[in-house]
Amino acid sequence: MFSGYDFDVIQRSLPYLFRDGMTFTVTLTLIAMSGGIVFGTLLAMMRLSSFRPLSILSGGYVNLMRSVPLLLVIFWFFFLVPYIGAWVIGAKDPIRVGAFWSAAITFTMFEAAYYCEIMRAGIQSISRGQVWSGYALGLNYWQTMGHVVLPQAFRNMVPVLLTQTIILFQDTSLVYVISATDFLGAASKIANRDYRLVEMYTFVALVYFIISYALSQLVRRVQDRIAVVR
Amino acid sequence: MISIKNISKWYGSFQVLAECSTEVAKGEVVVVCGPSGSGKSTLIKCVNALEPFQKGEITVDGIPVGDPKTNLPRLRAKVGMVFQHFELFPHMTVMQNLTLGQVKVLGRSQDEAVHKGTKLLERVGLAAHKDKFPAQLSGGQQQRVAIARALSMDPIAMLFDEPTSALDPEMINEVLDVMVELAKEGMTMMVVTHEMGFARKVARRIIFMDGGRIVEDALKDEFFGTPRSERAQLFLSKILHH
Repeated sequence: MFSGYDFDVIQRSLPYLFRDGMTFTVTLTLIAMSGGIVFGTLLAMMRLSSFRPLSILSGGYVNLMRSVPLLLVIFWFFFLVPYIGAWVIGAKDPIRVGAFWSAAITFTMFEAAYYCEIMRAGIQSISRGQVWSGYALGLNYWQTMGHVVLPQAFRNMVPVLLTQTIILFQDTSLVYVISATDFLGAASKIANRDYRLVEMYTFVALVYFIISYALSQLVRRVQDRIAVVR
Repeated sequence: MISIKNISKWYGSFQVLAECSTEVAKGEVVVVCGPSGSGKSTLIKCVNALEPFQKGEITVDGIPVGDPKTNLPRLRAKVGMVFQHFELFPHMTVMQNLTLGQVKVLGRSQDEAVHKGTKLLERVGLAAHKDKFPAQLSGGQQQRVAIARALSMDPIAMLFDEPTSALDPEMINEVLDVMVELAKEGMTMMVVTHEMGFARKVARRIIFMDGGRIVEDALKDEFFGTPRSERAQLFLSKILHH
């Protein structure tokens, strides 16, 4: 059945696939996750602010990001970031931003909108009494957030945050549109060069499945362990 | 110490507080009682600006609470508050609950804060539980930790918002005992409670609220002797007969 196929191509290209491709994918995922959670948490705090302009600004940003296709955002940022960067630092020519950093910025900005909604739910899950109790001790807004609300909100939301990260991990494969060599991109190059499309894409699918499945099992374990006991 | 003048508060068009005025002098214990929904919890939360109010003026130690220029965190640090549902921080140990405010707000060193925390835990009889998390304690123990936490800031006055109404009956006394002791030491206290035994024992004045208004504001003996309003008489007869 497999007589016409050459699965040996996988083994030959393993170092390239993982050293170049998977490293790119994982690094991008980790950067976008950390940046996205930090930025998303700030957005969530803005959205819940009683100061209307802040919550409108944040709400507008989140709704915009959530209603545009990711692919479009990747394109947009890839072509725009050099100009925006030049405008920010006052340079005359567009600055050079590699595919990697363009992707990192895009995914951070895009995922922040989703992490924001998760953190917003997390913050709202903390009772008003906890906030009162922080304020009553004399803590200011940032201290109450940092020591009382966010640690609990974050802990309540870890499973959902991780699930979103798994989606992010899969979505990073879209960087192929800006010719970045992520795991899928690397496999695609080999596949086209050696004309081994079926073999390579099957392998890629398998690897994505194994990693995502393992992570989602991890999420279930974590879920049971870290919930705050009250 | 605490002066409340003509406070009115609305939630939308619904008025929760109407022209409330009273005073709590230094060292005085004032009990606020009344049926649920009468605005007593809201009133006490207005005192340290946890609830905003639209009209009137509250001053604590001479500082106007409603003034936007007032440094609220600094003012609140001087006023201890104990809540109905304890509101200990569930992700921190008992000792961390007691040191957080001392270190972050008062700028004490960790050692100083732990030292003070230990003394207060001994005082409420919970020194052995300092490394436990709130969820590992009973309700009465949690509320005693909450009182110790409020005291860790060396407050000039204490506010209690129904401190025993979420407790099982057998735990009420251990909390009241701590409060009685505190009152006897001369702490200025404003206490929202239905515990009339406590009121009889340590209160100097009783405030009775109904429908967002202060209906009665009288010395303890006067209040229990001859409450003037019919509403207060009815309320008393209901809660004293069991």
